Amino acid sequence: MTEEYIYAVARVRSRELNLLSRQDVDQLMACRTYDECLRTLSDKGWGDGDPSAEAILAAEEEKTWAFIHELTDDLTPFKVLLYPTDYNNLKAAVKAVVTGVEPRDVFLPGGAVDPELMLRCVREGDFSELPETMAAAADEAYHTLLQTEDGQLCDVILDRACVADLLQCGRESGVEILRDYAELTAAVSDIKIAVRACKTGKSRAFLDAALAPCGTLDASSLAVAACKSLDDLFAYLSVTPYGEAAEKLRESYSAFEKYCDDRVMDLIKEQKMNPFTVGPLFAYVLARRNEISTVRIILSGKLNELDDGMIRERLRDMYV
Amino acid sequence: MENFDLNALGVVFDWDALGVVFALLGAVLAALMGGIGSAIGVGMTGQAAAGVVTEDPSKFGKVLILQLLPGTQGIYGLLIGFVTLTQIGILGGEAPTTLAKGLLYLAACLPMAIVGMVSAKWQAKASVSSISLVAKKPDQFGKSMIFPAMVETYAVLALLISILSITSIASL
Repeated sequence: MTEEYIYAVARVRSRELNLLSRQDVDQLMACRTYDECLRTLSDKGWGDGDPSAEAILAAEEEKTWAFIHELTDDLTPFKVLLYPTDYNNLKAAVKAVVTGVEPRDVFLPGGAVDPELMLRCVREGDFSELPETMAAAADEAYHTLLQTEDGQLCDVILDRACVADLLQCGRESGVEILRDYAELTAAVSDIKIAVRACKTGKSRAFLDAALAPCGTLDASSLAVAACKSLDDLFAYLSVTPYGEAAEKLRESYSAFEKYCDDRVMDLIKEQKMNPFTVGPLFAYVLARRNEISTVRIILSGKLNELDDGMIRERLRDMYV
Repeated sequence: MENFDLNALGVVFDWDALGVVFALLGAVLAALMGGIGSAIGVGMTGQAAAGVVTEDPSKFGKVLILQLLPGTQGIYGLLIGFVTLTQIGILGGEAPTTLAKGLLYLAACLPMAIVGMVSAKWQAKASVSSISLVAKKPDQFGKSMIFPAMVETYAVLALLISILSITSIASL
């Protein structure tokens, strides 16, 4: 039902006026010092009183989700954004239980599943309280880590399950932007795995286990290319919809990361013309994440007194 | 199969008496369908308007006008219903003496009934989009009014043809 989001979309449109524009980013870049940057952010209403950068950015992320919770009770369409946090917490829970270390500050806030529940499930070896696909992956990762003590293998199992859940959630939503975002995220994840595996000389078996099948990349061809050389991998990518990714990877890894974020922005920009569906809400969350990520890059550059040119080449496109 | 003749059974049925029934049906449909379309439309635009006002109460006046635009079809439907009632002997005029005349009144009301309902919903969609426009660019309010107003054209055309038809049937 496309009309159930009319009120929510209208509120999002009003909130979009407060998103950082290119001029705001230039204003932040013009700040001479890190502290001046923080003051400028505070003047724009960022943060909730705590002046530290991490607190400001965390408060902004929290505000975004509080706003979404206010608009809708059904967070199912947003699971595409929440799965990475959940699976990251699941990794932490599995490793903490297997290694016998008391988990402290290892869980990320804002997931769909309570990390304490994950921890209890792993401790008791009973995953039935977790969502079905997550439970199966958690069970497999836990027993694999117990038997092999191979943390990377545990990560591979959970990362692949995360991508599979993302793709399924995107497909089942019936919303074009969710489906496309899930597909893009899955493809980017596969490219990153293939590049790292190629550079570290991983086996074909590892790649077959790690690469998740997605619609725009053939996992098997990607694995074959990654087993040969980086040039073969880039040659394969150049004949896929991610040809530009190969060019960016040749340039630098940070250029590739910027390319990935900019593709997400290109994907969501058409939601500015959509007054119905959950798409504009989803786009708003991604736009907020993008500006938080941009502000983090600027703050980190200013803190380390990097050259402005170096910071600017890492800045992402803005939504507004 | 032989034709069934009511008169052969000794039952005399005056088909012409149904004329006023169909005429009244036309009046009811015009008011009903126009009203349904407008209720849906104003409901949709109301949600969007409330969303904008939640964030910025100063835009109330602008979004209220946009909210009301799909409400006109209900008024047009009421007008057609009223004019029909004054022609068919219920609030004035004379009741249709033949079945054909009653059906003519029904046909005359249909443009307003059907176009009213359909155009109200589509106008609401255009209005919701315009409310989003005003939320982001309040200075573009004038332009934002034009897009949903375009849809109004077709409701007005249907209103015209329905009125012309209804007022001319009596003289046939």
